Amino acid sequence: MTTTVRPSPKAPVRISEPLGTGRHGDHKPAPLIFLILLWLSLFVAFAVLATLLVTILVEGWTKLSWQLFTNYPSASPDTAGARPAILGSAWVIAATAVLTLPLGIAAAVHLEEFADKKRWFNRMIELNVQNLAAVPAIIYGLLALGFLSLLQVQNKNIVIGGALALSLLILPVIIISTREGLRSVPREIRDASLALGATQWQTVWRQVLPASVPSISTGSILALSRALGEAAPLLVLGALVYITFDPNGLMSGYTTLPIQIFNWTGRPQEGFHQLAAATSVLLLGALLLMNALAIFIRNKYQKRW
Amino acid sequence: MTALTEKTGGPRFASGPRPTGPFAGRRRPGEAIIRFVLRMAAVLTIVTTIGILIALLVPSLSFFAEVPVWEFLFGTRWAPRFADASFGVIPLITATLWTTVIALLVAIPFGLGAAIMLSEYASPRARKTLKPLLEILAGVPTVVYGFFALQFVQATVLRDWLQLPTGAFSVLAAGLVMGVMIIPTIASISEDAMSAVPVALRQGSAALGANRMQTTLRVVFPAALSGIVAAIVLGISRAVGETMIVAIAAGSQARIVTNPLEQGQTMTAFIANAALGDSRVGSLEYNTLFAVGLLLFLITLLMNFISIRFVRRFREAY
Repeated sequence: MTTTVRPSPKAPVRISEPLGTGRHGDHKPAPLIFLILLWLSLFVAFAVLATLLVTILVEGWTKLSWQLFTNYPSASPDTAGARPAILGSAWVIAATAVLTLPLGIAAAVHLEEFADKKRWFNRMIELNVQNLAAVPAIIYGLLALGFLSLLQVQNKNIVIGGALALSLLILPVIIISTREGLRSVPREIRDASLALGATQWQTVWRQVLPASVPSISTGSILALSRALGEAAPLLVLGALVYITFDPNGLMSGYTTLPIQIFNWTGRPQEGFHQLAAATSVLLLGALLLMNALAIFIRNKYQKRW
Repeated sequence: MTALTEKTGGPRFASGPRPTGPFAGRRRPGEAIIRFVLRMAAVLTIVTTIGILIALLVPSLSFFAEVPVWEFLFGTRWAPRFADASFGVIPLITATLWTTVIALLVAIPFGLGAAIMLSEYASPRARKTLKPLLEILAGVPTVVYGFFALQFVQATVLRDWLQLPTGAFSVLAAGLVMGVMIIPTIASISEDAMSAVPVALRQGSAALGANRMQTTLRVVFPAALSGIVAAIVLGISRAVGETMIVAIAAGSQARIVTNPLEQGQTMTAFIANAALGDSRVGSLEYNTLFAVGLLLFLITLLMNFISIRFVRRFREAY
């Protein structure tokens, strides 16, 4: 049992870690300081995150009650709630999902499965998607504003207008994440399907897409959570309004949670700041839930090929 | 053949002339329509870009018909709503510059530090927990960051604890918090670039007697430089385009900012604030929004293309 196992000289040695890591020098002063600085930079990021969470929890604690869910905004912080904002966010995100998911997934399927990447037009689309993903959110608000003006829409604070801006905003994000999902399906699956006589579309529809549903839904949920937290484009579209009714359709007026937070933060009274903090806790909770769902789907259903 | 198409990123299904005879495969009549629909969805992204350009250019052109471009770009007084209106964008630019520079002073050192930590020092297991934690920072809504900047960083830290002579708003508070927001952007792209550097380079360095710090700073860092530059440029683009933090915490007075403790209105904050007032479509006030938006779009477009260029370079190198 004590015999040492020697790798035979012919056996391939798999190196996953560098053999000589240079760890020996880590106790000297300069590398030690360097290592401390590195730890510090990670620590600062997490410390700020923790401080932010504690700040909004402490500030919003007294206002975290059912009243936040049931009451309408009001001139007095004691009776004000975020009910229309919660419903407005739900309407806008649902409409955004309906608009953007089919488009984003279809565009990704085209780019990944059908497009000839050597053609300049398809390369231009790729470059364009990369650029669109980094265009500031507020520009999408201006785009939607210009579009609604062109259609002679008088009241621009409607659910479908906000959903339009947010859909275009997260479309590139969905395209990029869906492409990554499709790319992870091995080529052999496609070859086998084609060899059995399926057409290209049948292959995509019955093999590739079902196999990449987990990663597509993960990416989509993350993109929608970005839309849920976004305020700038909706601000441009005039979503900062005093609403005392439940939004009830695509043409209804609305306000959303981030806009409501912005509104309350800008008021002078301390009570409104507490409401803003409580609503922030609510918004962060919703985002955390969506992220947890995305991670759960990824871990539970994703296939390792 | 397959190896060749894989390498050059060819389509999943072999392109070129369609096979004939017994290898033609089945064709179904409906599929051309499906393909067309898919292609149109992809073309929509191009339509979006063209739409942005038209939506920004048309009102901007009527703006520049009334206000000379020269006066817009180099004027030093921004007062679009006053009786003696003046449209010099320099005050907005100075506020944007201050918040961007402050944000980068925070985000570059801490972002790169986090990237080096994750790529060179952390064990695979530590990386698996630390990276998602870092990404939570990127997931916090910017309006919540704005609340934090105004209520905690400005009011509590800068004014109460440090006793700095500053009012209710400052570009410093907005810039600092924006920097924290950008840390994950810079960390994640730089980490990708550093992880793409071949292990052989590190081994060679270690074999010559270098310790980990020397290997990181003199071998890995230069080799990943193009990716790191791409990360920083994308960080600049995000800082310039960020709206809610500056709209909440940097203030709304448009004047040339000479001191980070002053308040100032950035380009994005102007658009957000001006949109609150209901301006009639086609009025000069309405068009002003789009002129500033156009300038903002062109600046971020330039940054994005520089960034994409640099990312491609490091992808090609290894």
